[in-house]
Amino acid sequence: MRTRTRTRARARLSALAVVAALGASLLAGCADDGDSKDSSPGSGSSGGSGGGGAKTTLTVGVFGAFGLKEAGLYDAYMKLHPDIEIKQTSIERNENYYPQLLTHLGSGSGLADIQAVEINNIAEVTATQAGHLEDLGKVKGVDKDAFLPWKWGQATTKDGRTVGLGTDIGPQGICYRKDLFAAAGLPTDREAVGKLWAGNWQKYLAAGDRYKAKAPKGTAFVDSASGVLNAITGSGATRYYDADGKVVYKSNPAVKEAWSTAASFATHGLTAKLQQFQPSWDQGFANGSFATVSCPAWMLGYIQDKAGAAGKGKWDVAAAPKPSNWGGSFLVVPSAGKHRAQAAELAAWLTAPAQQATFFEKRGSFPSAKAAYALPAVANARHDYFGGAPIGQIFAKAAEGTPVQVLGPKDLIIAQNLADVGMLQVDQKGRSPEAGWNAAVKAIDNALDQ
Amino acid sequence: MRSASDTGAAEPGGGGGPAVVAAAPAGAGAPGGDRVAAADPVGPAEARRRERRSRRYRRDVRWSPYALVAPFFLFFAAFGLFPLLYTGWASLHQVELTAPNEMHWVGLRNFSRLLSDEFFWNALRNTFTIGVISTVPQLMIALGIAHLLNYKLRGSMFFRVAVLTPYATSVAAATLVFVLLFGRDYGMVNWALGQLGWGPVDWQNGTWTSQFAVSTIVVWRWTGYNALIYLAAMQAIPPDLYESAALDGASRWQQFRHVTVPSLRPTILFTCVVSTIGATQLFGEPLLFNGGAGATGGSDHQFQTLGLYLYEQGWVNLHLGRASAIAWTMFLILLLIGAANWLISRALRKETT
Repeated sequence: MRTRTRTRARARLSALAVVAALGASLLAGCADDGDSKDSSPGSGSSGGSGGGGAKTTLTVGVFGAFGLKEAGLYDAYMKLHPDIEIKQTSIERNENYYPQLLTHLGSGSGLADIQAVEINNIAEVTATQAGHLEDLGKVKGVDKDAFLPWKWGQATTKDGRTVGLGTDIGPQGICYRKDLFAAAGLPTDREAVGKLWAGNWQKYLAAGDRYKAKAPKGTAFVDSASGVLNAITGSGATRYYDADGKVVYKSNPAVKEAWSTAASFATHGLTAKLQQFQPSWDQGFANGSFATVSCPAWMLGYIQDKAGAAGKGKWDVAAAPKPSNWGGSFLVVPSAGKHRAQAAELAAWLTAPAQQATFFEKRGSFPSAKAAYALPAVANARHDYFGGAPIGQIFAKAAEGTPVQVLGPKDLIIAQNLADVGMLQVDQKGRSPEAGWNAAVKAIDNALDQ
Repeated sequence: MRSASDTGAAEPGGGGGPAVVAAAPAGAGAPGGDRVAAADPVGPAEARRRERRSRRYRRDVRWSPYALVAPFFLFFAAFGLFPLLYTGWASLHQVELTAPNEMHWVGLRNFSRLLSDEFFWNALRNTFTIGVISTVPQLMIALGIAHLLNYKLRGSMFFRVAVLTPYATSVAAATLVFVLLFGRDYGMVNWALGQLGWGPVDWQNGTWTSQFAVSTIVVWRWTGYNALIYLAAMQAIPPDLYESAALDGASRWQQFRHVTVPSLRPTILFTCVVSTIGATQLFGEPLLFNGGAGATGGSDHQFQTLGLYLYEQGWVNLHLGRASAIAWTMFLILLLIGAANWLISRALRKETT
């Protein structure tokens, strides 16, 4: 009897302890939130030394290591505008960042003066949140003609309001290992490699077959079938939605063709059966377990990071079979912000061609302003790690060749389920392409259904 | 005077609160004043002052406890009760995260569709199997470790702290390490299996292998925590029980089985309930076990738990109403577990008395 009452008491105590711990973490969470929220008006008033020298603090909310800050653009702007102070808050992953952005837009609070939006979300933001966002198309310093037309169009509503200004884009090339290509008897010069598959993804597959015939032991031609799928769908004008905004991925022949081509990489045994952005993928770079990967401009730094010093001089980059885009971002200015005019001005400056060129030079994020391509920072850009490849020219060509792609609000979910559910089953579990397709469709139907 | 204030202080605590309050207005009138005057002859002004002060004092004694506990209730209302009720309300609507203020009443449709939602049943099944293969070994190992720690050993404090260290590690950090350990191509587990002559296992892709891998993370993190709870309970067992058992010739193992385990029964039940609740809410480990690939829980949803499915519906697919319905279903499941616990503990109590 005694033991029981004691353990009860102890149970209650530990329950209390749990409650206390939860409470503490809650409070800590609130405190954090409060801090970040307060930072704009609070530091604005404290920094403002009363009189005319009051500083305006602009906040920028981004996801991941977005790079604007790291490229020194904020510092440069603050030097030009001594009355402005820029603060950045970052949330590591877009999947955590984006839902929060939506709830904040809905409630009109907790927003930064400028918010970043990923390309996969921009159609949804443009379609559903335009009422909460400023029209940046007419802001002073914004030059519509400087941007790639497809990039400009992606953040413009049907009634002509442009709610987002493009920062970077993700034109793709094919990054390949020269040493593995040489060992398999394929050309290693980037011009010749580009010609191997120029104009047709089927030729890329054929090159894979050739590679496999004499492949160095333990290596595969590509990292993953999902990566190939991503690259191919990035090169089509329509993919998941038609121009009227209807979901058409099931019937779109372009998607079907992309599916079967990508699945062939798996069924031909050309993939290393990896999943992108998983630790095992990183290890694949480090260990050289695959010879090619379709790489948007922003991925070069990632490859350099993961393949490390051992990979220097081995990697190179060639043109992709077809111009294609993967990724990129926009800046939007929420209407709930206190300093909308200054924020819009900052967003315009950050996305102006000269700054985009700097952004590319420092961070490798490729400009969405085609006016930047002629600037020396882009036109003359070469990448040491990739054998001095003229990446500025390669990616500019891809960017200009990319078709105006029809985007839809649920692009991300459709793409994710096709790649991470359907194609992954084909690639890693050895399911048939049909079975993988059906699994993806089932998951997408469940996700899109209200 | 002192004694008067003393009783005043003692009374509200003794449950006489209302009486004091009732007495207070009376005390302001003549009889109370008379009494004070009779006991301690002072001027009427002084009496009034004292009266006011004691009234303030009584008010303080009566209300300040409420003020002191108020923060908890305010926080509970803001972060516990309101979300619970709001989630319940949202679960009866069609709401999207893109427009959280536009709610369309759909009644119980979000719940009824769960019945035919194969992803939900899959998640429920996974939650159950992962829960079983993580909770059962976890509690058994914890019991064993607690038993070992209960011996007189040198540096016992060190070992007690040591078993708790996994619990102090963040889920994210632990899971990321386990992902590397269970890697298909370069993972240490597969390397060790290779040394033993077994082929590499694709831990993440198989149904059972992935669930096993996820549950090892849970086991690793929570075993020490449970072991310490058991240890605390073991130390409350009177030593004479062991002495008499030893005199009767019981071995260590027999002592464990016939003295320790029966005495720990209520504690074991408690840890079972806590672990079951934890297993029902399993989220971080399976989410991070799939790295950057989101909340699908593997390409075949093979280790998608209820928590992950809720997250996927709400924060990936942005269907707040459906996510709320899943949340409430999980809540109901937990209530069922609580009820089962209550029934079992009642049965146990009957058995022992």
